Amino acid sequence: MNAVMTLAWLTFQEARRRSMVLVAVVLGAGFLLLFGVGLAAVVHNQATRSGGAGGAVDVIGGGLVFNLLTMAGLYVVHFLAIMLAIVATVDAVSGEIGSHTIQSLVTKPLRRWQVIAGKWLGYVAMLLLFTAALCVGVLLESRFIAGYVPPNPVPGVLLILVQVAVLVSLSLLCGVYASTLANGVILFMLYGLAFIGSWVEQIGTFFQSSATSDIGVISSLLLPVEALWRLAAYLMQPPALQTFNVSPFSLGAVPSAAMVLYAVVYIAVLLLLAMRAFSVRDL
Amino acid sequence: MTELAIETTGLRKVYGAKVAVTDLTLDVPRGEVFGFLGPNGAGKSTAIKMLLGLVRPTGGSARVLGHAPGHTQTLARIGFLPEHFRFHEWLSAMELLALHGRLYRMDPASCRKRARDVLEMVGLADQADRPLSGYSKGMLQRIGLAQALLHSPELAFFDEPTSALDPFGRRLVRSIIHQVKAQGTTVFLNSHLLGEVEVTCDRVAFIKAGQVLQTLSLQDSLAAKQHLELRVDAVTPALLERVAPLVEEWRFLEDDDAEPASACDAPGAGAAGTPAALELVAAHSQAPLIAQAVLAAGAQLYALAPRRTSLEQLFLDIVGTEDSGQ
Repeated sequence: MNAVMTLAWLTFQEARRRSMVLVAVVLGAGFLLLFGVGLAAVVHNQATRSGGAGGAVDVIGGGLVFNLLTMAGLYVVHFLAIMLAIVATVDAVSGEIGSHTIQSLVTKPLRRWQVIAGKWLGYVAMLLLFTAALCVGVLLESRFIAGYVPPNPVPGVLLILVQVAVLVSLSLLCGVYASTLANGVILFMLYGLAFIGSWVEQIGTFFQSSATSDIGVISSLLLPVEALWRLAAYLMQPPALQTFNVSPFSLGAVPSAAMVLYAVVYIAVLLLLAMRAFSVRDL
Repeated sequence: MTELAIETTGLRKVYGAKVAVTDLTLDVPRGEVFGFLGPNGAGKSTAIKMLLGLVRPTGGSARVLGHAPGHTQTLARIGFLPEHFRFHEWLSAMELLALHGRLYRMDPASCRKRARDVLEMVGLADQADRPLSGYSKGMLQRIGLAQALLHSPELAFFDEPTSALDPFGRRLVRSIIHQVKAQGTTVFLNSHLLGEVEVTCDRVAFIKAGQVLQTLSLQDSLAAKQHLELRVDAVTPALLERVAPLVEEWRFLEDDDAEPASACDAPGAGAAGTPAALELVAAHSQAPLIAQAVLAAGAQLYALAPRRTSLEQLFLDIVGTEDSGQ
């Protein structure tokens, strides 16, 4: 276990020393600042329109506007988390194999799976912390600037976090076999597929075409990321919208709870496969 | 406890259609400095990787310090300097050693002390806090050597340890190999630099096309034949008549066979175009008699000196002169 923690620590140190942490924190803070300013401007605008400072905000209309804004903020966080998870980990295994750095690591008294487990732990911890901080930031700004809290904030945020772990597992597994460049192509293409598939599924459901929606489901199984976001978006909709289930973020089909279970199994299985593949790979 | 640090039988590695190591059978006793020689592409690095568990053999078996290669128990007692040592460039030398100490499961306090000692040993004591990104290739190889020796291993694998080093560095590596050998460490040295192998190794294995052609003890094989180089103004039939009975073998020396130092003051070819230098194989005690015979034959004696068989000559004799071009 000690070796796993050492490698997780090394992963974190690398991100810190190579300024990844600093850049992410500064730009993340910039994003929250901008979001807060935008939100404050909308609040101010609404207050002016509804007849002077302190005037009552139209409850239903205001709720919809603020829900839309909060969800837009979270959508950006979810997207950034996915991109960051890909960019941060794409080189993690293949890069060290390519530079032969790995040879000095795995000839130490440790088991090879511990290298993968340590990296996974380091990246997941770091990315989860960052994503959670941004999600909580967006929700707190909504709460304190606009006085709005979407329904189910905790399950919603947790679903966004699960996506990060999905990508880290997939990236480490592909990194054992593929070069950094190929791994990047695989991850972005699969994400693109899941993204489009998710829309295809919704359109299929909307027009009641089961063949179309099946294509979408299959693409979600390849990379269960967009489906989790749609479930999160559905859960955080105002009840009025949930009845019709039409919003820019989710339309028609709602992924079932089975998709969450599938994603958790996906994370574990891919991580185990990565550890196994790395253990038998010639280095 | 086994007396062999490394033993392999029929070790084989095939990558797709390419056979990297055909049949490697080796015994390396503990405490020995073992040289692993062969032309480029002979399978030396693949063999080392199999002994470290980096690469899984296609066939055959190997025991390293009594365990299967790559066993954590074994790895704890092994040091490895890869051919091109590279590590995270954002670490300083001291941080790198602290990290490797943690991976070797060393206690932090003794690791710090030992880290200072090995940095001193490889001549990087002044650079301990500089990040590796500013290191030259030679310095990286030195820090690689330091991490390999940090935990005072029982067995050290050095894959081309001096390839990036200047003459100072090479001398340093030789002295380090002597030091660790004195402490009882077995050293498995893979090197192209035959001069270096010659002065550090007890025994060498010559490998070609993934197969050990011959394993021999260097002291014995280099000292076995007493070769003498004879330089005279001209080799006459009278001279040969007197010298031949005193020696086991003799041959004319070509210019490119000559030792570089003696070649410049050699008198050159004799009047009739006869080479003026001979290589003789004879018992050591014959040398004074040979000198007398040369003078008695009326020749001018320029040199009569023992001629060492160089490892390079031995290498070419065993491995063959054909250049694989790899």
